[in-house]
Amino acid sequence: MGATYIEKLLRRNTGEKTAKAGDIVTAKVDWVMIHDIFIPFVKDKFEEMGFTQIWDPDKVVLIYDHLVPASQLDDPRHHKIGNQFAAQYGLTHVHRSDGICHQLMTEAGYVKPGDVVFGTDSHTTTYGCVGAFSSGIGYTEMAAILGTGELWVKVPETIKIVIDGELPENVASKDVILRIIGDLTAAGASYCALEFSGSTVEAMSVASRMTMANMAIEAGAKCALFTPDEKTAEYCNIPVSPQWADFKGDEDAAYLKTLHYQAEELVPVLACPSQVDKIRPVSELEGLTIDQVFLGSCTNGRLEDLHRAAQVVRGKKVAPFVKFIVTPASRKIYLEALADGTLATLADAGAIITHPGCGLCCGRTGGILTDGERVVATNNRNFLGRMGTSKVEIYLASPATAAACAIAGKITIPN
Amino acid sequence: MAETFTARIWVMDNDIDTDIVIPTEYLALKTVQDMTPYAFSPLRPELAVQIQPGDVIVAGSNFGCGSSREQAPEVIKALGIRAVIAGSFARIFYRNAINNGLLLIECPALRGDVSDGDEVTVEVGKSITCKGKTYPIGALPDNLLDIINAGGLVKAMRRRNGLEG
Repeated sequence: MGATYIEKLLRRNTGEKTAKAGDIVTAKVDWVMIHDIFIPFVKDKFEEMGFTQIWDPDKVVLIYDHLVPASQLDDPRHHKIGNQFAAQYGLTHVHRSDGICHQLMTEAGYVKPGDVVFGTDSHTTTYGCVGAFSSGIGYTEMAAILGTGELWVKVPETIKIVIDGELPENVASKDVILRIIGDLTAAGASYCALEFSGSTVEAMSVASRMTMANMAIEAGAKCALFTPDEKTAEYCNIPVSPQWADFKGDEDAAYLKTLHYQAEELVPVLACPSQVDKIRPVSELEGLTIDQVFLGSCTNGRLEDLHRAAQVVRGKKVAPFVKFIVTPASRKIYLEALADGTLATLADAGAIITHPGCGLCCGRTGGILTDGERVVATNNRNFLGRMGTSKVEIYLASPATAAACAIAGKITIPN
Repeated sequence: MAETFTARIWVMDNDIDTDIVIPTEYLALKTVQDMTPYAFSPLRPELAVQIQPGDVIVAGSNFGCGSSREQAPEVIKALGIRAVIAGSFARIFYRNAINNGLLLIECPALRGDVSDGDEVTVEVGKSITCKGKTYPIGALPDNLLDIINAGGLVKAMRRRNGLEG
């Protein structure tokens, strides 16, 4: 019998040539990422465990993004402790204001196809966009990895998702992954790997694949995997490797189940309050008035997302009662969007452009809402209280849908 | 070493995410103890003061989904919750709870039969009894039992590093 993508990847990493779903293996870690909220907790646990040095300081990346710039009095302490921790243990990969962790881990050149990566954030699944096994963990396990360079992993079962055909003009990879989460449900891929393939996926940019890998956790998945190709090579600034031919599941591998989608049949959708799997077509909610739009996050704060929104709002004005907040995912994206006029187009339409970072997605910086307000947002979670009070309604959407809603002042289908 | 205890329960639904257990705005407070008054605040702001040490949470499926924040199991433990019984658990929460020595029990059938204030008797690794009805429960896999028997992951690592016998 053949093997799934994740079985092959973990066999290569661990040297256990017959490892299969359900087996417990010890993975050798290629990269770890720790963001600013959890750095003090990782440091405390690491020292409590009695470690005095980090297994390989060159494989550790610290990223300040959730609390940048600081908005509450407790926040700067996290950055101070991060700086002390980096100095004490010789960490050199420290990003203090470059953007969101999940954007930077591939954009800044760390994660490559086939790597095993753990991060102290559930959206660490993102790096599957380049064919890495990456997953979120807590700070205690992170502390143990810092000391040992290893982590136990149960080889997951795999759900295979095949998408073929050409997506309609107003349907983005965000609509695709929301639809899949709706079908799987919030717990439907718990402990599983999601393996994506098909002509639609092959035609997607790495940025679009990132959106899908990012949201795999919203169905409970342990990881998401895409097969690397020429686009991956260009994005990662490395040559195409002959080994990548095997970065996919075998036809006769044992899959938990397989879902097939035909791209032409997909439509723009929204995740309705307050669960990511509560998916409805935008057409069913048209006309609902809104108070705010958020375009950004590790899900949809990339250049192609800003381009798509600019295309929708060019020459128009945001509805007078709507605040349209745009947060590029990284400084690099911010500069690119500045250079090509995208930020000017968005600002001219009435957008508030903020500094790169997690921003409103985690309800920490500018843009929080209050009881009875409604927001259309491009990020990954609409949980109760995520962007202000527990009586805020959060609808998750693609960048095109979000931009169209900002102009209309109500929920509307993008053209 | 079958452990048996009786506890008052608090009942919750499916998909209780870790933003509900402890919202992001409180994650930068200095200690987990400082966060406890805000536990479950988006859903039930009054709950944190009502919970008494030794109580048990009974929930539906996918408990602990969402964010990887380890403060979620730590806050539950700091409130004195003896165990969380749920239909199923999200994977990051599950690992974090084990690493912190918080007892998790999977029992899909219980949630539909109980309400706030009921009493359950738990025989760890064997069964739960509530209102005269008994529900069988499974035991933990060996690799997780090893971590729990060591007293959590921090103690397991301290032992590895020769700091504890």
